[in-house]
Amino acid sequence: MKKLFLASLALALTSSVAFADTIKIGVVGPFSGPASLQGRNFQAGIDAWLAVNGNTIGDHTIEIVYRDLPAADPAQSAALTQELIVSEGVQYLAGYYYTPDAMAAAPILEEGNVPMVVFNAATSAIVNASPYVVRTSFTTWQTSTPMAAVARERGINKAMTVVSDYGPGVDAETAFVTAFGGAGGEVVESVRMPMNTNDFSPMMQRIKDSGAEAVFAFLPAGPATLGFMQAYVENGLKDAGVTLLAPGDLTQEPDLVALGTNALGLLTTFHYAVSHDSPENAAFVEAASKAIGNAADLSFPAVGAYDGMYVISKMIEATGGNQDAAAAVEAVKGLSWTSPRGPVSINPENRHITQNIYLREVAQEDGRYINKEIQTFEAQTDPGWKAP
Amino acid sequence: MQTILSIAADSLAYGMVLFVISIGLSVTMGLMKVVNLAHGAFAMIGGYVASYATQQMGLPFGIAVIAAIVCTVLVAIPLERLLYRRIYGAPELTQVLMSIGITFAIIGIANFVMGPTLKTIALPEQLQGPVDLGFRSIAAHKLFAVAVGIVVAGGLWLLVERTPFGVRLRAAVDDAAMAEALGVKTKAVYAISFALAIGLAALGGVVGAQLLPIEPYYALHYMVTFLVVVSVGGAGSIAGALAASLILGLVQTTARYLAPEYGEFFFYLAVIAIVCTFPNGLLGRSK
Repeated sequence: MKKLFLASLALALTSSVAFADTIKIGVVGPFSGPASLQGRNFQAGIDAWLAVNGNTIGDHTIEIVYRDLPAADPAQSAALTQELIVSEGVQYLAGYYYTPDAMAAAPILEEGNVPMVVFNAATSAIVNASPYVVRTSFTTWQTSTPMAAVARERGINKAMTVVSDYGPGVDAETAFVTAFGGAGGEVVESVRMPMNTNDFSPMMQRIKDSGAEAVFAFLPAGPATLGFMQAYVENGLKDAGVTLLAPGDLTQEPDLVALGTNALGLLTTFHYAVSHDSPENAAFVEAASKAIGNAADLSFPAVGAYDGMYVISKMIEATGGNQDAAAAVEAVKGLSWTSPRGPVSINPENRHITQNIYLREVAQEDGRYINKEIQTFEAQTDPGWKAP
Repeated sequence: MQTILSIAADSLAYGMVLFVISIGLSVTMGLMKVVNLAHGAFAMIGGYVASYATQQMGLPFGIAVIAAIVCTVLVAIPLERLLYRRIYGAPELTQVLMSIGITFAIIGIANFVMGPTLKTIALPEQLQGPVDLGFRSIAAHKLFAVAVGIVVAGGLWLLVERTPFGVRLRAAVDDAAMAEALGVKTKAVYAISFALAIGLAALGGVVGAQLLPIEPYYALHYMVTFLVVVSVGGAGSIAGALAASLILGLVQTTARYLAPEYGEFFFYLAVIAIVCTFPNGLLGRSK
């Protein structure tokens, strides 16, 4: 009798792994509000990954639990994260569109024994906020730095920077100024514009007056980019040959329709273009377009989410479905794979994604505007990251 | 000198866009005493209609402008009959709460129907590209906005000050009961003025769309700017709104050129200074 009891006890103790169970992944993102397009792209990336790979990993079924965070709101982000861990019992956290949201949630991870895979938030310091943060998007430093080399290759000696006055804008400015100065160029002026600027004519006049041959600009993806591009053309800067250089936020694919001919020929550097030519990307775009409903709405956060799901699946495989954040993160350090954006890997030192940065030109193909990749900067790490 | 002229040209253009887009709100707030926070939402509907007409249906710009005004007014008529009519003369808080509710509903519907992305209005060739002013070039659509501003200001002034309808409107605003006793159909007067204000909102949405692009959150984004113009100018005063738009446009543009790192500092400094000196706005009537 006692033997039987022991045997059943032993079976009960060991079988927790063998039994099929459900692993919950909590996703925090802007699913409503002004940035809902980016939230829908998170969702499209996740759905595309599930459509291609199925919702089971080994014996485990994945369940996604969404939480809506319409605008950058650190307190609400921390509250939602806590709620996901405590009452939903999620084993993994993912998403996070804005830096402050990711920063606010990071301190909870160790206590909750939950890894976080950042799908978007692009400030270098986030990975330092907790050892359980892994990021599959990009940093503004990473996408802005190669632009300095592009400018120098085109014989530009004097440049001016114009950025939106907030964290990522300042990052972009510092990254470009550092790299451009290092390559022997001169930044004649650096201007930070208030976030809610809508008339960019005065700014264009100032660029003209500065005598710069090129202007490096950073604006967040969204309505302001339209006014900026229009002012650039209408104030005659394009005709005067003042080259506009920018990270790809300025020309995300859903905005290109509106930017139209004004943006033609514009050079941007970024980690992902929907038009990237590879079989992996073709499969991704097909699945993600189906998930989002309209292929024209597809943008870069979708690929961050798709790759994030891959990383989480590897974490689940490595831990056999057990909740062990340290082992899960350890397992993906150095992980390398072919993403829809090209070859990528997780840098073991800072858990940020190492990837190609592409120089793209806005071009028209089959009546659609695309970011056409024309040059590749291979295996770029995050130049803005400083060891804590 | 070059710089001063250049700033002046940009200021005039920006100020006129502010005027065209805010004057409708000034009419509702000043003449009809309704704090209509859904003003931006109606401007947005106008913008969407014009965008759809020019981009999807390929209609010429002129027809699209008329279609935008007509469609927006058609949307507004049932809202006026069912909702706004109940809050005429109601406490301001009631008006604010209801109109902000309408705004959120319109944002949700716009997001669902038109999608979250930016929408542009196709301009006719004459309004595209720069026009050479001699000392600098300026976008043609900005000159168009200046022209529309002048026409709207003149037309409204004539309507309110020089026509029988204007007399009835002013009477209905000053003392509704007395006006009604004297045979003025105040309900009809209100309905027409409301339609006029909404039409102006739609026109502003279309003309201003090059600076304030059309997207679902348009309705909220620029509401503060419109309210500032109205309160600085004095609610209900056409000349006041014009003066406020031009002054604020000048301050904003100069600050953006000379000291962009100060953000909106000088803009709001000017607002505070003006409102402290003129509590009812530049040309507003005391309550």
